[in-house]
Amino acid sequence: MSEDLRKLVVDGEEVEVPADLTLLQACETAGREIPRFCYHERLSIAGNCRMCLVEVVGAPKPVASCAQQVRDLRPGPNGEPPKVNTATPLVDKAREGVMEFLLINHPLDCPICDQGGECDLQDQALAYGRSFTRYEENKRAVEEKYMGPLIKTIMTRCIQCTRCVRFAAEVAGVEEFGMLNRGEDAEITTYLEKAATSELSGNVIDLCPVGALTSKPYAFEARPWELRKTESVDVMDAMGCAIRVDARGTEVMRILPRIYEEVNEEWISDKTRFVWDGLRRQRLDKPYVRKDGRLTPVDWTEALDVAAQKLAGNPEGIGAIVGDLADAEGMKALKDLMDGLGVKSIDCRQDGMILGEGPRQSWLFNSTFMGVEDADHLLLIGANPRYEASVLNARIRKAWLHNDLKVSVIGEPVDLTYDYDHLGETAADLDKALSGDLAKAFKEGGRGMIVLGAGALNRPDSAAILNRVAQFAKDAGLNQSGDDAWNGFNVLHTAASRVGGLDLGLVPGEGGRNVAGMLEAARAGEIETVLLHGADELRDNDFGDAFVIYVGSHGDEGAHKADVILPSAAYTEKSGTWVNAEGRVQTGARAVYPKGDAKEDWAIYRALSDRLSRTLPYDTLGQLRAKLIEDHPSFGGIDYAPGAADLDKLDFDALGEKGDLSAEPFRSAVTDFYMTNPIARASRVMAECSAVKDEAPRMEAAE
Amino acid sequence: MLEDKDRIFTNLYGIHDPGLEAAKKRGAWNSTADLLSFGQDWIIDQMKASGLRGRGGAGFPTGLKWSFMPKEVGERPHYLIVNADESEPGTCKDREIMRHDPHLLIEGCLIASYAMRAHACYIYIRGEYVDERIALEKAIREAYDAGLVGKDAAGSGWDFDIYVSHGAGAYICGEETALLESLEGKKGQPRLKPPFPANAGLYGCPSTVNNVESIAVAPDILRRGAEWFAGIGREGNTGTKLFCVSGHVNKPCNVEEAMSIPLKELIETHCGGVRGGWDNLKAVIPGGSSVPLIPKDICDDVLMDFDALKEVKSGLGTAAVIVMDQSTDIVKAIARIAYFYKHESCGQCTPCREGTGWMWRVLERMARGEAEHSEIETLLDVTYQVEGHTICALGDAAAWPIQGLIRHFRGEIEERINQYRSAKPHVQGAAVAAE
Repeated sequence: MSEDLRKLVVDGEEVEVPADLTLLQACETAGREIPRFCYHERLSIAGNCRMCLVEVVGAPKPVASCAQQVRDLRPGPNGEPPKVNTATPLVDKAREGVMEFLLINHPLDCPICDQGGECDLQDQALAYGRSFTRYEENKRAVEEKYMGPLIKTIMTRCIQCTRCVRFAAEVAGVEEFGMLNRGEDAEITTYLEKAATSELSGNVIDLCPVGALTSKPYAFEARPWELRKTESVDVMDAMGCAIRVDARGTEVMRILPRIYEEVNEEWISDKTRFVWDGLRRQRLDKPYVRKDGRLTPVDWTEALDVAAQKLAGNPEGIGAIVGDLADAEGMKALKDLMDGLGVKSIDCRQDGMILGEGPRQSWLFNSTFMGVEDADHLLLIGANPRYEASVLNARIRKAWLHNDLKVSVIGEPVDLTYDYDHLGETAADLDKALSGDLAKAFKEGGRGMIVLGAGALNRPDSAAILNRVAQFAKDAGLNQSGDDAWNGFNVLHTAASRVGGLDLGLVPGEGGRNVAGMLEAARAGEIETVLLHGADELRDNDFGDAFVIYVGSHGDEGAHKADVILPSAAYTEKSGTWVNAEGRVQTGARAVYPKGDAKEDWAIYRALSDRLSRTLPYDTLGQLRAKLIEDHPSFGGIDYAPGAADLDKLDFDALGEKGDLSAEPFRSAVTDFYMTNPIARASRVMAECSAVKDEAPRMEAAE
Repeated sequence: MLEDKDRIFTNLYGIHDPGLEAAKKRGAWNSTADLLSFGQDWIIDQMKASGLRGRGGAGFPTGLKWSFMPKEVGERPHYLIVNADESEPGTCKDREIMRHDPHLLIEGCLIASYAMRAHACYIYIRGEYVDERIALEKAIREAYDAGLVGKDAAGSGWDFDIYVSHGAGAYICGEETALLESLEGKKGQPRLKPPFPANAGLYGCPSTVNNVESIAVAPDILRRGAEWFAGIGREGNTGTKLFCVSGHVNKPCNVEEAMSIPLKELIETHCGGVRGGWDNLKAVIPGGSSVPLIPKDICDDVLMDFDALKEVKSGLGTAAVIVMDQSTDIVKAIARIAYFYKHESCGQCTPCREGTGWMWRVLERMARGEAEHSEIETLLDVTYQVEGHTICALGDAAAWPIQGLIRHFRGEIEERINQYRSAKPHVQGAAVAAE
């Protein structure tokens, strides 16, 4: 790539930078720090805070460095490179002036402000401001705005940088924030004072450089310097967003995004961000055994003995179902235990998804999330990425907005925050949709992506759908090998554990039963013991007379059915490995200790195996991980997503089976975005979000 | 003094019929097609040679501005936008053109659009100008009916459409990029420059925004020749200009005069002199509320043009002369102007949003004398903190009048403060000793 490089002198130091860089970026390249409020790398440029003013030699006025590109600068009369100064008295004076203006109407209530300690205004006032005020007038006060249960507003603190407005309009795709009025009366508001309808709305809290928009659930909870920060992985969906878990003592106090360009850029969904109060409620903190119809607290010894006794029975009569949040270590231990016992009925697909046979590429999001930005066409089948993978949806919107990505949808006609061609709602529409213009576009135009949602893969006709789509992919020449390799076949999972589970082979073995089969057999009395490994989202919850062992962290559906409860750690309470939809193996560290007597999943299975005289060959997490990688080498590549590597392993002819396509409309696997897992269902904040999402705008009485 | 034969706006006072037939008799639409037949380059060269500087306030050479438009029409169409959002306090020249001589403007639109290869022209008219809009729309209808605009406009072979868009009464929409935003249906807030409108203006297309008067004088410049126009006024400040004189004069008026006419001559000849005689003059704001005022001693011999007024640290602006005699409370007057800018700031960028309110509040106190002496220096410093640090020129416009006040009438502010204190002996630092 031939880049247009320009020479530039920053504070006397010559640098060579691409011409399309802004002056602010160029100065940063030269190692100069430029203060800013409104500028943000991932948002459009507003140039309104005026904090980033620099001196361009020859220009009559200081220049907003965020808004001017290097190519806009003219060289000197003899062709000498343009000069930019960032530390002259002119610049210092300009910064001091802007800082003063920002502060005259800012309340300076830092001691009671939740942004305190991580506030851009505070930091920059210290670095660039005056130490006194010359402002003698009264300060402005601004009415609070209602923005829903997640965002607390103290609008008097607002400095009108419009980052939130730009985020909502550009990234989230909901034009619900705006600036009303003008001059010093300008106010940021959600026009109708209703809750933001975006599932990414919490990101404005991070974007807000001051304490105007803060986290409502976290209000007055903690100070940033008191918190222990732990890097981890989110499990609310299959994206594996990079998060930082902030904890104090034994409690998780908040969850923030980490920058991970390939996965979540720097956004996370509201569920990821605000689910933490669910980690404090409905927790299973001691073992229980059902006695006389009631779950009674017992000690570990008794609980394990009861469970072991049941698992020692006929392996044909035992089944294990794995839920959506499980880490690979726990699943590996479970699998090894079940293999040791000779149990064949094991399944990690509690929603009844058909994938699990053949090469890994048949269940991955092969194009990778970042690949969305290289694609020219995107076909979504039975997927609603807005609720199944919100951050990915923002990336699709970005590609649609900036790269002219063409999106087509077969499925529910929902608002995805971007325009798309709606080609049908049911599987029966596939034939028509996959011929005609779409086929032509896929064949002729660049890189295509097909995304099969979980909602397309858990139906009775899923095999036929998969077959039909695979044939289309083959005919359209979807995949390209060579230097510019491209794998356009994608499955968008909704469960964080799914890819890991499939990679570990947690599907029924020879003669084993799948989830539906296990439930049926349980009711028929053929299966006597069911082990639920955090499985709380089963469509059918009737286990007949079977004995239910529940291993999990929350008192949800599974625990209610259980005869023995073995309490385990939630995702923030253990060091675990998760594999995201792309096949990217990621590890999260433990932020806090498990609640009460709860133990990590693998340790529970290790203890059970000992009682069953089938002792698992590892005593520590390290040994378990070594075994995991030995048995399944794909777990060795931390943070690696295969993408188009091993493209040829994917044989489109081997996918699915020919069959009839039903006229049943596609349904997204996510019906209520805020209620998809036991942690979210335990969260009051999520419950409130779920309740207000369909609420009409709040109207003031008598107005 | 300008001779009658050199006047462009021969119906400035509405004595004659503004209609098409009457306008034609006065010379409008005379051989327009012939002018266009000389080609775009010729028109732009003539405009450059005439020395016409934009009449909207900044005084940028009009011919040069037109030449910034791309020479070929690419994928994106070109647009001419006429800025009729005449909101500068004291200014009422464009309104007379639109009311009484609208055909000069419409003809100018055709010529300017042709010169910049635009097939469409938008006239963005101030929200408060309802009658003017009606008059202008009537004239445009006449022009359409007569085939002077529309397909094959005036028989020139150039297709040309003209639209009137009515603003909603925001001063900031007179800033060219805010005007474009407003025209596109968005909130009127200035855009960052670059890109300049000639590259990416209305709907991202190459556009030029010109003041009504700049456009309306174009046909006559071409008809009578650039030398004629350049022969009026001083070098670099040529042509005729509409002056709007208001305030403490005996006969406030709009008048077309030669550029570089001495201020005193302008007031004495056309406005019946200052109320109470020239010696009763206190100060003049020579170019609309946003330029710094000049006190009497400068007014005695200053010329009314861009360069002469710049030399005395003021500006010609829109040539709206606001005359204030000795009875004027000058501090109060400037405080009122500061209130105007505080009210009209769009609120987009920090220095203007926060600074205009601050400056106004301090001035209001100073007008009462309720201030510290040291605050004068602070106020001046604040004006410099606003000036040049904003996206558009509204910040400058808010700062300049105050700078002018302090520059020339600092003593009056100090005296006001002293008076206030002497009446209140308990005020710390009062001129009267307490003991």
